[in-house]
Amino acid sequence: MLRAIRHKSICPAFGAFRAFASAAKEMTVREALNSALDEEMSADPKVFLMGEEVGEYQGAYKISKGLLDKYGPERVLDTPITEAGFAGIGVGAAYYGLRPVVEFMTFNFSMQAIDHIINSAAKSNYMSAGQISVPIVFRGPNGAAAGVGAQHSQCYAAWYASCPGLKVLAPYSSEDARGLLKAAIRDPDPVVFLENELLYGESFPVSAEVLDSSFCLPIGKAKIEREGKDVTITAYSKMVGYALKAAEILAKEGVSAEVINLRSIRPLDRTTINASVRKTNRLVTVEEGFPQHGVGAEICTSVVEESFGYLDAPVERIAGADVPMPYAANLERMAVPQVEDIVRAAKRACHRSVPLAATA
Amino acid sequence: MASSWSLIKRSRTLIHHKKKLAFLGIGSAPTFSSSSSSPFMKRPCAASAPYINNHFRFLRRFEFTKAEAAQLELQHYVTDDDDNNQVIDFPGGKVAFTSEMRFISESIQKRVPCYRVLDDNGMPMKYSNYVQISKEMAVKMYSDMVTLQTMDSIFYEVQRQGRISFYLTSMGEEAVNIASAAALSFDDVILPQYREPGVLLWRGFTLQQFVDQLFGNTSDLGKGRQMPIHYGSNKHNYFTVSSPIATQLPQAVGAAYSLKIDGKSACAVTYCGDGGTSEGDFHAGLNFAAVMDAPVIFICRNNGWAISTPVEEQFRSDGVVVKGQAYGIWSIRVDGNDALAVYSAVHTAREIAIKEKRPVLIEALTYRVGHHSTSDDSTKYRPIDEIEYWKMERNPVNRFKRWVERNGWWSDHNESELRSSVRKQLMQAIQVAEKAQKPPLSDLFNDVYDRLPSNLEEQERLLREIVKKHPEDYPSDVPL
Repeated sequence: MLRAIRHKSICPAFGAFRAFASAAKEMTVREALNSALDEEMSADPKVFLMGEEVGEYQGAYKISKGLLDKYGPERVLDTPITEAGFAGIGVGAAYYGLRPVVEFMTFNFSMQAIDHIINSAAKSNYMSAGQISVPIVFRGPNGAAAGVGAQHSQCYAAWYASCPGLKVLAPYSSEDARGLLKAAIRDPDPVVFLENELLYGESFPVSAEVLDSSFCLPIGKAKIEREGKDVTITAYSKMVGYALKAAEILAKEGVSAEVINLRSIRPLDRTTINASVRKTNRLVTVEEGFPQHGVGAEICTSVVEESFGYLDAPVERIAGADVPMPYAANLERMAVPQVEDIVRAAKRACHRSVPLAATA
Repeated sequence: MASSWSLIKRSRTLIHHKKKLAFLGIGSAPTFSSSSSSPFMKRPCAASAPYINNHFRFLRRFEFTKAEAAQLELQHYVTDDDDNNQVIDFPGGKVAFTSEMRFISESIQKRVPCYRVLDDNGMPMKYSNYVQISKEMAVKMYSDMVTLQTMDSIFYEVQRQGRISFYLTSMGEEAVNIASAAALSFDDVILPQYREPGVLLWRGFTLQQFVDQLFGNTSDLGKGRQMPIHYGSNKHNYFTVSSPIATQLPQAVGAAYSLKIDGKSACAVTYCGDGGTSEGDFHAGLNFAAVMDAPVIFICRNNGWAISTPVEEQFRSDGVVVKGQAYGIWSIRVDGNDALAVYSAVHTAREIAIKEKRPVLIEALTYRVGHHSTSDDSTKYRPIDEIEYWKMERNPVNRFKRWVERNGWWSDHNESELRSSVRKQLMQAIQVAEKAQKPPLSDLFNDVYDRLPSNLEEQERLLREIVKKHPEDYPSDVPL
């Protein structure tokens, strides 16, 4: 179990992908996360996993399946139901030199530990003047699932991304999940890793490069999932899938949309976003979270500050409804952005004939 | 409060069997002997061995009802009072049952006794049982207690003069600070609350370093990032003080866990006050420490006050020591103003924690002589003569002094020399610190992350441009 520690503090930039013709392999996001955890734990004996149900139960969402058997109870810890407790313990372990991966059953429960995430993890390196570094990863499902109600559905990207000292990542595909989780574990700073429950079961094609155990994505770089020239659509996590579907529909109507998968909420890849807007001159931001003070608001400001002259239309912001998530299926559907909302927003940005009053 | 304290009589009722004393810390039964007559207040194997292994810890979950159950010595859990050896099986273990419905009282008749070695005059008590210390150790302990006392009074004044923005003293708690530090090794990691600068002093943090942090100048190890008294030093294994209360408790468990995984012969030691035990993190920390078998020592400085909240309004339990047992942790109550008692308890706790890989809770009873901080005036909520009483008659420094003097290890001459030398050093250090430069502008942006990210580089660049353009708006003593 103790193998040579491979220090990969600098991740190679895998921005441009070499297409492997033989890449027919598919992998679910769940498998991607599991394999990433497995490989990182195997490579570095200081990495350990902690959270509710991560061990014997194989993970509340089976992300840590098989890890307890493989690494034993000292490296896969089932914790009592005390988020504040195990977040604090993780931070303390990181202070001393281990590399914990702390799992929250959902990020909604991270609010019970948020003091430790912000005051103990995010600010420690700064407050101690570099004496205490906190190489910790807080991960778990974020945002809405299906029919789980208000206290299980909030998106925390904006909250954590507003805090200096943290890095906030939001993967979409299996490639994202693998590469970003590995990068997060290797990173010396505290990372908040926002997954999505509904994406866990989704399959994505992965190339041999992605499957390699040294694969790693750079933190702070967005990915252009689909190139286009008429309108830029930014999204993260599950909304990337919706944005891609919207782009398909728009293509049929003659609008070529460029879809950017943010991947990293903090640091935000302003360069890529602005370059894209300078090309298309129109922007639609999509997120699942609440609109006020959200990720879209930050992207909009960034574009207004840096590329104002290039905008041909006001920035369209698609976000979740400004209400705690309702439970009834019909209400829930209306509280979360849908593909049609993105399509309509893109068209509005392109001045098509969809009057504002007609939008839901 | 004082009336309900059952003062320990210097007599044989307090059994000081070497094997039993510190290790049977909790008297949850009306008597302190090993066999209890109350069916509810049972302790497993309350017998002779000092380090008692709790059977339960070696049994994996969900396996109680299987073969291992046969190994359980059931008679320890049952007395003659209970129905003939009948037990019921539940998750968590077997319990004897009883047909009598009896609630455990919220408080026991007699409070948990307090371990003490020296009396108020610094005389070792009859039958006292403690870890011996050498002359060098005793002299260093005493000198550091005096230094801490002097530091506190001078820095407090410096704040009052407006030269630093804030300060808080550890007056009255010098024994807890220094004696606990003395009983530990330099490898033990310390996670303090904020009233334990004495531990750092013991480990060699210089007076100049203390003062530099208070003034937040360029020599400050903390690069001027934090308020005064938020000391921290990697070299001394003393984690930077953080203001939120009790957050260091679960962190200490994590650090202890890391030490255990590393196989180090060291433990984590963390401090909090009586107020800190009300925080959720206290519960989380103790519970986890027990479940994870973490080698951590929790030292609770029960000094009677949490700003203006007295302990009667903080909790209704018999202080903090009884809470340890609730979590399955070895606990002891100690006279925090008795340096030898604190030393012995911490020394022993450390052995337990490291050898047995388990947590220990020490409740050190003491009194906060000073105000909570320079932002507080405690005469507004407590009587001045109470403060005076504790300051003069129950002073831990004087008490230890009498013992050291009686051993022929300290004289009045040493005393005056020490006090004037420390004063002089402090004054000099303050002068140097006050005149020193403040941290440079680059220290505004670094350490947010491991490496300076591009957005902060950008911000720094812009800031420097602005400072260059408008030098008249920026103070001249801040280097760029």
